[in-house]
Amino acid sequence: MALIINELCVNCFACEPLCPNKAIYEAKPHFLINPDLCTECLGDHDAPQCAEICPIECAIEDEYGEVLNPPGSLTGIPLQALQALHEQSVLDKAAARS
Amino acid sequence: MNVLPDHIMKKVQDHPCYSEDAHHYFARMHVAVAPACNIQCNYCNRKYDCANESRPGVVSELLTPVQAVKKTLAVAANIPQMSVLGVAGPGDPLANPERTFDTFRMLSEQAPDIKLCVSTNGLSLPDCVDELAKHNIDHVTITINCVDPEVGEKIYPWIFWQNRRIKGREAAEILIERQQKGLEMLIERGILVKVNSVMIPGVNDQHLAEVSRVVKSKGAFLHNVMPLISEPEHGTFYGLTGQRGPTQDELNDLQDACSGDMNMMRHCRQCRADAVGLLGEDRGDEFTLDKIENMEIDYAAAMVVRAELRADVIAELESKRAAKAAKQNVVSLVSLSSAPALRPVKMAVATSGGGVINQHFGHAKEFLVYEASAQGVRFLSHRKADQYCAGDTSCGDGESVLGMTIKALEGCEVVLCSKIGFEPWGMLETAGIQPNGEHAMEPIEDAIAAVYAEMQAAGKLLVQPAHQLKSA
Ligand code: SF4
Ligand code: SF4
Repeated sequence: MALIINELCVNCFACEPLCPNKAIYEAKPHFLINPDLCTECLGDHDAPQCAEICPIECAIEDEYGEVLNPPGSLTGIPLQALQALHEQSVLDKAAARS
Repeated sequence: MNVLPDHIMKKVQDHPCYSEDAHHYFARMHVAVAPACNIQCNYCNRKYDCANESRPGVVSELLTPVQAVKKTLAVAANIPQMSVLGVAGPGDPLANPERTFDTFRMLSEQAPDIKLCVSTNGLSLPDCVDELAKHNIDHVTITINCVDPEVGEKIYPWIFWQNRRIKGREAAEILIERQQKGLEMLIERGILVKVNSVMIPGVNDQHLAEVSRVVKSKGAFLHNVMPLISEPEHGTFYGLTGQRGPTQDELNDLQDACSGDMNMMRHCRQCRADAVGLLGEDRGDEFTLDKIENMEIDYAAAMVVRAELRADVIAELESKRAAKAAKQNVVSLVSLSSAPALRPVKMAVATSGGGVINQHFGHAKEFLVYEASAQGVRFLSHRKADQYCAGDTSCGDGESVLGMTIKALEGCEVVLCSKIGFEPWGMLETAGIQPNGEHAMEPIEDAIAAVYAEMQAAGKLLVQPAHQLKSA
């Protein structure tokens, strides 16, 4: 049971200091979660901390590939507008995994 | 600035970002050490730097605290005018307390002659005030866009607070409460506080006069209203949902409405957060990471040079201020005797500094806007000629740049410059702006007063504009 940071991560550092298990580490090209350490925050917090603060929609997914913050859920930007901004990669990711 | 209390005036008069005089002499720089943020604003997309705090689409070079200190020392040793270091992002400095305070701690030790400033959204501010008070903090800037959660929920989709992402009205309530508490705590400890607001038409434009009143009553020394930047290509909620930014006139009107209330920072340039140098210039290329890596810095020697330069500049500024004060008395005497029923006129000036009209129209990257009226001449604001043109390929041709410049001069009736080309002259006239190159090298205030007098003599200053009289 562990969460995954994918290639949409913008390396903003927000999640790293919050992890109760020090499972998150800086890596190239983007931050990663050590699956052996991640507990999805069970026992420490009501919600996984990395997914609670991450500002990038779809950058964090669970082990089934389901994104924790789907498109539009954080910014409120309508899906058509995201498409217009060439954010298709984000939408594809959300569609493929859900 | 004349209504600021003396002790605050002392603190800001040599500050490159606040003092109209000082920014030609002193410089500031920013370092990007704080990537994380703890809130989301509708004018920001975290895939880029914050569009409203820095130049959109330009991603700052993220530095570790050690690199940031090295860079600061390198710049301060080579540009002795560099007096203020800001930590302003790309995220929120106080959402990255270790990185921000590591930087401050090292600089307090190694370069005690550099003042520090920090910008924040305020959410973590109350927790950081005591640590801030330990350093050589020049001032803290809080971005406060509202004091009413009903307005706030239209600006902030979420905050991260006590281990949870909180959305909606509750998020705005918490953020506002924390901002106000942080403001009060800083004032209690005698730390200068500046407030920034982003003006969002239809969202908080009507509300910002109230914000201005509240933050002033609590002791903020400046309230700086900045226009929303919301180009769709920046990928922000506002950009993608068609929320427009204010026109220059709307911005001026709001600044006028608030200026009765408190000191507004009229000459703010939404400078790039990682710019290096005097305001309006950027020497950042000289201080990239690989270049500073090999620099030998003798900071003790640099400190001596810096102290000498500072003393010289302050002496020069003081003598200029004295001369100006003497002149203002004369101007006000003259204006008292003139007829009061004249309408005010806005005029733009192209200058590269020194208080005189000395720049070619085509070379001006920004214009100073003054208002001439029966009461005299007063400075209103800076307008960027390239505000919407960040050098991307879409606006390379001269005609569209000129079009943007003319748009930036909206509301001005005259533009004073040292020289101007034939083609822009015609375009300006068509747009109802009279170019004027007759006052090259003259002091700005004198030239504007002279043009205003000419307009009066020509009967152009009747209370109603001429075209309305004709149609009546
Ligand atoms: S879910 Fe919790 S434990 Fe797992 S990486 Fe994220 S913060 Fe760490
Ligand atoms: S918070 Fe999200 S975007 Fe930021 S570093 Fe962590 S995973 Fe990447």
